[in-house]
Amino acid sequence: MNKISLFLVLLLMTLPAEARDTIRIVGSSTVYPFATVVAETFGRADNGFKTPIIESTGSGGGLKLFCSGKGPSKPDITNASRRIKKKEISLCAENGINDIIEHKIGFDGIVVANSNNGPSFDISRKDLYLALAAKVPCGMQDEVTCVNESVTWRDVNSSLPDIKIEVYGPPPTSGTRDAFVELALGGGCNTIPWIKAFKKKDKSSWKKLCYTIREDGRYIEAGENDNLIIQKLVSNPNAVGVFGFSFLDQNTDSVKGAVVDGISPTFETIASGEYKVSRSLFFYVKKDHIGSIPGIKEYMAEFMSENAIGDEGYLLDNGLIPMPKAMRAKFQKDSKSLANIQY
Amino acid sequence: MSNIIQRNKSEKRFQFYGLLAVGLAIFLLLVLLFKIFSTGFSAFNQTYLGVKIQIEKGENLSELDARSTLRKNLRNMFPEAQSRSDKKNLYSLFSPGAYIEFKEMLEAYDGDVIDGYYYFLASDDLDMYFKGTVARQGNSAGRIKPSQMKFVDEFVKMNLIELQFNRYLLGSADSRNPEMAGILGAIYGSLFAILIAFVTSFPLGVLTAIYLEKLTKQNAFSDLIETNINNLAAVPSIVFGLLGLAIFLNFFELPRSASLVGGLTLGLMTLPTIVIASRSAIKSVPPSIEEASIGLGSSKVQTIFNFTLPLAMPGILTGTIIGIARAIGETAPLLMIGMVAFIVDIPQGPLDASTALPVQIFLWQDSPERAFVERTSAAIIVLLIFLFLLNITAVYLRKKLEKKW
Repeated sequence: MNKISLFLVLLLMTLPAEARDTIRIVGSSTVYPFATVVAETFGRADNGFKTPIIESTGSGGGLKLFCSGKGPSKPDITNASRRIKKKEISLCAENGINDIIEHKIGFDGIVVANSNNGPSFDISRKDLYLALAAKVPCGMQDEVTCVNESVTWRDVNSSLPDIKIEVYGPPPTSGTRDAFVELALGGGCNTIPWIKAFKKKDKSSWKKLCYTIREDGRYIEAGENDNLIIQKLVSNPNAVGVFGFSFLDQNTDSVKGAVVDGISPTFETIASGEYKVSRSLFFYVKKDHIGSIPGIKEYMAEFMSENAIGDEGYLLDNGLIPMPKAMRAKFQKDSKSLANIQY
Repeated sequence: MSNIIQRNKSEKRFQFYGLLAVGLAIFLLLVLLFKIFSTGFSAFNQTYLGVKIQIEKGENLSELDARSTLRKNLRNMFPEAQSRSDKKNLYSLFSPGAYIEFKEMLEAYDGDVIDGYYYFLASDDLDMYFKGTVARQGNSAGRIKPSQMKFVDEFVKMNLIELQFNRYLLGSADSRNPEMAGILGAIYGSLFAILIAFVTSFPLGVLTAIYLEKLTKQNAFSDLIETNINNLAAVPSIVFGLLGLAIFLNFFELPRSASLVGGLTLGLMTLPTIVIASRSAIKSVPPSIEEASIGLGSSKVQTIFNFTLPLAMPGILTGTIIGIARAIGETAPLLMIGMVAFIVDIPQGPLDASTALPVQIFLWQDSPERAFVERTSAAIIVLLIFLFLLNITAVYLRKKLEKKW
């Protein structure tokens, strides 16, 4: 027994940092279901490359790992459910990563949904803001804000059902929450003229007003797990949930998406941009690793192919919503020419 | 008199409370097991569709393209599917795995004519409908649209749809197609990791315990070590993950996601448990036996290895196996060292990237596809069986090694 452990210790000491033959990908849990499908297709194809290994670390965590340096011990690609930030680009640059190739792959809708047994919601982004923000205008005219005290949806808008506001949604660490706050609440904020005007004057206070979700128990943080939210909605027909479109797509037998600003969340309305609460999904490639790690170029080509993200691509079955053709063509061209990110 | 009646009553009451506690615990356990088994059981079967395959003499079977040949035979069965979208709907009832199965069948076939019905893997959406997980509403069921349902109804009418044993679940690694996803990769990963955790932590732990118990004098230094070990046993597992990241990945530059690193990290985590269990086992060996051994002229080391350790072994093993069983169920430390990942290839050795059973459960329960719900429960069943076997081993070893005096 002791010999074995001695051997192991020696093994530890002598093991070199070896070169990799498998692509390593980290990043967003929203892009994970799409990236894994591409990776599997790529691995099954008869091209001699191994199936890439994909870790689900979240967008922020992924970019941090991605920007931490070059070499075989660092990831080659990171997925993100938001665009890379300036801060992250400079972190990359500090660690010698100057060439990043940006790929947009499509859209993901964020839906507000409730049980098929519950009332139907026809809601506006303004209603969502007034129902869920921590602070809302006291009256419509006087440019003063009060603590949000609305209890039922009817308090917010008389055309909405007379049930208690009870919303299950993702916690602040989630990219889905960031996008929901920005698109739905921020969008709703801007429909109130004086708040919109206020944005130009003082952006950070505007953000604080529009992006802060109430914490009096009406908005319930349900963890990162969208399946859990759906289970809660099924058992409580009066509750409303916030999650990604792909989960609605898989569970239409038990939940239905709310109409937001007159548009119901369907594949077509999100793709055309009519449905407003949707965001773009990305992945970023470290250019320096192309050539030293086999298969990166081919993986990029597979992901950006019409076969995957096109109007009839296989990722559509998994709930990805394709970009308009012209936008797709631009990113496909950038990918082929290994063009550096333009920020 | 009344005193004894009261005392008897209170005794009865106490017994009743105890029974209640045991009953409640068993009830909750049964509810949990029932929930897991009733959800997970259906994942051990999956839906297959029968296709009439006709291949004429003279064609070289191994050179046929599986995809187009299977599709051609399907179209022959449903000549009414003419339009592009109709054909697509028909094909979409099958899993990508169907073509792989057909390819394997063609490669293994040693006749020169095929004529008959063969069954191929159906898609996860159809699987969910056929098993009744997703209910039918009119002409659609969940993601199965009316345009697909007409073909499903045809298959049902012709009696060409059936459940077969799910050979993917225990025979393959992760996949994004639920019908092709399996836990073999995760089982290997877990096996490698526990083996390495055991091999590193057991000798280290037992030696530490012997040293602290028998070979060193009780002083400030040994007190310090003892306190630290007790504290380490209570440290949250994610901290060991960070430690593993810092030592094994960043310093020794071992490969990320390898079960070797997972095993070493879990070994570190198990170490304090083993030390504490071993110390109390060594302490409980009667001193008379050791004194007799010393008295007969054997050295301290001889006494330890011939008498103390064999007598303490049942206790040491029980502690070790409890520690290892805890390690099997851990995901948090594995997150830090990159074992929470999508890995399609089955690991061939401890240096290959792999996941572990609890990680696979964690990844599947977070997937949007409905068919992963039952597969998650099935993976939990396998993990429970794993733990059960380990505990049985523990009981068996203890019974076998126990010595009476």
